[in-house]
Amino acid sequence: MRTVYLDHNATTPVHPEVFEATKPYFIERFGNASSIHQSGREAKAGLEEARQTIADLLGCKPSELYFTSGGTESDNFAIKGVAFANRAKGKHIITSSIEHHAVEISCRFLEKEGFSVTYLPVDSEGFVDPDELKKAIRPDTILVTIMYANNETGVIQDLEALVSIARDAGVYFHTDAVQATGKIPYNINDLGCDLLSISAHKLYGPKGAGLIYIKSGTKIQPWNEGGGHERGRRAGTENVAGAIGLAKALEIAARDMDSETKKMTSMTTRFYKLVMERIPDIRFNGSFQKRVPNTLNISFRAVEGEAMILSLDLKGIMVSSGSACTSGTTEPSHVLKAMGVPPEMGQGSIRFSFGRSNKENDVEYVVDILAGEVERLRDISPLYAQSKS
Amino acid sequence: MGKKKVLIGLSGGVDSSVAAALLVEQGYDVIGVTLKLYDYAELDFDPPDGGCCSISLIDDARSVCSRLNIPHYVLDLRDSFQRNVIDDFMESYSRGRTPNPCVNCNTHIKWGEMLKIADKLGCQFVATGHYARIDRSYKIPRLLKGLDRSRDQSYALWGIPRDTLARTLLPLGELTKRETREIAKRNNFRNAERPDSQEICFVPAGDYSYIIRQRFGNNNPSLKPGPIYNSEGKTIGEHKGYANYTIGQRRGLGISYPAPLYVTRINPDDGSITVGVKERLFATRFTVVRVNLLVSSEEIPGKIDVKIRYRHRARAATLRLKGDNGEVIFDEPQRAITPGQSAVFYDDDLVIGGGAIVKVLG
Repeated sequence: MRTVYLDHNATTPVHPEVFEATKPYFIERFGNASSIHQSGREAKAGLEEARQTIADLLGCKPSELYFTSGGTESDNFAIKGVAFANRAKGKHIITSSIEHHAVEISCRFLEKEGFSVTYLPVDSEGFVDPDELKKAIRPDTILVTIMYANNETGVIQDLEALVSIARDAGVYFHTDAVQATGKIPYNINDLGCDLLSISAHKLYGPKGAGLIYIKSGTKIQPWNEGGGHERGRRAGTENVAGAIGLAKALEIAARDMDSETKKMTSMTTRFYKLVMERIPDIRFNGSFQKRVPNTLNISFRAVEGEAMILSLDLKGIMVSSGSACTSGTTEPSHVLKAMGVPPEMGQGSIRFSFGRSNKENDVEYVVDILAGEVERLRDISPLYAQSKS
Repeated sequence: MGKKKVLIGLSGGVDSSVAAALLVEQGYDVIGVTLKLYDYAELDFDPPDGGCCSISLIDDARSVCSRLNIPHYVLDLRDSFQRNVIDDFMESYSRGRTPNPCVNCNTHIKWGEMLKIADKLGCQFVATGHYARIDRSYKIPRLLKGLDRSRDQSYALWGIPRDTLARTLLPLGELTKRETREIAKRNNFRNAERPDSQEICFVPAGDYSYIIRQRFGNNNPSLKPGPIYNSEGKTIGEHKGYANYTIGQRRGLGISYPAPLYVTRINPDDGSITVGVKERLFATRFTVVRVNLLVSSEEIPGKIDVKIRYRHRARAATLRLKGDNGEVIFDEPQRAITPGQSAVFYDDDLVIGGGAIVKVLG
């Protein structure tokens, strides 16, 4: 059976060049980057080279980058670390209502620890209004954490506007850039944020590798404690191969950014046009203009998202209804709810996230099958019959 | 293509795993699902190893499907299970009855919900690992007891709608448990040696009152101490809340008496229980509600066999039906006819139908 993978926001295959770059660090240069001897030095050299490469690509200093196990760890570290290090100053945190669970649940944890958290609303296209942020900032606000691009809709926030508000108020700004990184170009220095999270496996790097950028001078409490790795901020033997893989993946993303953007934009635009032509009663979720170019979130009226995902899977097409971490629940997505998507639409939403593994003719192939499955599921849906009559 | 698609419910236990293997062998296009019915974290107790929907069982189901090279999905049916099974179970206990939650689970979840899922996935059939058979030589197929009498599970299947039999496959109906385990071993299933589950999946260590307390609080009338009456209506002791007792129970009464005493009645109206000597447990007539027939009413013979609990041996009786209510009259008195339990009607191997026992008439 022909298979089409349209879930690149969940994870991506490792790019062959990334795989090649990491290979020597498993067997030949296996050393512990903290060891004094030759083997340790080799590993350390690779690690620091990766850090330098990434710093150059992202527009920051290598000393501001700390390798982690991935986006979730980076988010936890940023939010809990800043909160605990700055609680003498205040105990108020601002976030949005469409964050990834790594951010949301970290904030909920802090609420239990006596912090107060404001969850900013979004508009129907999925944007946080900078004025709302301005209004929410209080004298005791210590941190704003708002994602760069949303994992379910791909919608890109006006980060520079949001950051400048926090900066004017003297409040730290963290952004979860897991879905933006590798999909849109950015420069940390231009963004102006204080903390930023990245995960390697979302951009054709290996799983279990991530990064947190911490602007120099930021007060943050280490979260993973132990040996003095990563300049005392993130203990644990460094995943050297992972770091090298991340550096290579970022390099490739930057190198191919223009061509990939073109390819993704063309595919998703064509896909959406075809879906609109062939399937009635659909809704596009989020802003079509300001989104990472590989992602489309479409609702199909009166079709259960889960039934659709399973049916498509049985035909070899891999998609998801939102965040892969929450699949398995029938709750409508908190992101779509926050955007005010009506429940009968929100339950039938599918995220199509394209990537390098897709070919141009995947578009027609998938829309053909999709149209058939939507029709079949609507035929047996009492809900759809109702909405038609 | 052209292969017939079947959706099989996999609990992670050995029976449903082997059922899946047999269907694959028989050439069906098999899709496995494991239903998440209950959240053990909410109950704050470790699931019994054999209980449904524990993580280790879901992992076992996944492993079996991956070995069989068939798709496997975990579907969240906690809401439906709560509404159709647990609510009724609680309600039943708090009304002094002893429910059969497995019957409701089969009717509403394993058939009701699974058929809906089957429709959505374009599956013609649903299958389970129950020990019972489907006889397809009739225009409307019939449900028969499992060939291995010691394993027969037809008792818990009386509630499934008759029109679903045509879409039901029960691959284990002709097997013994030993044969099932052998097939599991042959397939290298990691659950081949897993012991059978005994308890109700959502009741920790058989402690019903625990979940009633969890849900209704300690003040529920069914958990309040009350009088124990003897057959003459005299108070001879105090009970610990009638939800803790079931008809026919002997232990835990804390009353000394020359002859052994048994719970003969639970009276939620005045919060009492009645005990009596063994002879008092026997009765002949009782009423049933929610009767479901698996044959047409003209096909019911004058004399049938009726089974009143899972471990009861079906006995000869007459059935009088009025819509979906009925009265059963045994030829001989039977021990501990228990409101809340199922009465299942048989004609030899054939399952005629069943109903829920409500009232013992005498």
